[in-house]
Amino acid sequence: MSALSAGDTLAPQEYAVTRADLVRYAGASGDFNPIHWSDRVATSVGLPGVIAHGMFTMALAARAVASWTDGAEVLELGCKFTNPVVVPDDDTGVVVRVAGTVKSVEDGRAAIALEVTCCGAKVLGMPKAVVRA
Amino acid sequence: MPVDAALVGKTFPPTRPYAVSAEKIREFASATGATYDGGPAPATFPIVLAFDAMNAFLAAEEIDLFRIVHGEQKFVYERPVVPGDLLTATLTVRSLRQIGGNDIIGTASEVRDGDGALVCSTTATLVHRAAA
Repeated sequence: MSALSAGDTLAPQEYAVTRADLVRYAGASGDFNPIHWSDRVATSVGLPGVIAHGMFTMALAARAVASWTDGAEVLELGCKFTNPVVVPDDDTGVVVRVAGTVKSVEDGRAAIALEVTCCGAKVLGMPKAVVRA
Repeated sequence: MPVDAALVGKTFPPTRPYAVSAEKIREFASATGATYDGGPAPATFPIVLAFDAMNAFLAAEEIDLFRIVHGEQKFVYERPVVPGDLLTATLTVRSLRQIGGNDIIGTASEVRDGDGALVCSTTATLVHRAAA
């Protein structure tokens, strides 16, 4: 992998998310919760509309980490799901942006603080990855 | 209906063994727009096992999946998942509290391989939204 140094700012990655992506992710992950495909069910439980699986957003964050580190082994990955990624029923969807900063590199472990936003709002809380450096 | 507080500490049976194949990893990777050319699975792949364990827990406790929103997820990996792995997940309910009529359910799942070795430990917070 390319060498990471504490303080490095990693090139932000942007990923579009559409309803079709959510359907594919549901099939691949086994998470068929209808809040990820039915506006009727999503709004019935107080959500603003169909939302992306939190794990889909986290998978995009992991994808950014893999691209920055040339697929380095991930040792830890975690976040809170603080704001929903609302996915409109159109062909364009929404854009999830993943930025990262290297916090530390020591003992063969690089800690990367992530910032994951959608429409300018943070959607994940304290997203963080630790990779083998 | 609030979730039963007696659940805290309860461990559910392991999920049915899941045979990891390159095809399943490719399907998962491509569903997130990534490409897969062999080797380890993407970092979030173990959610497939953890979700299976969560579904079994929700079914056993008669909790509707559509009332669940994911609050938090953390993974600590012992090693990457690779094709050929035969994995199971075992879920334990760690904590339960009520906030604003919602149940906040803390769970921990261990993903183990066919030899019983730990592959990944993962914790999840599930927000069970009360019926209106």
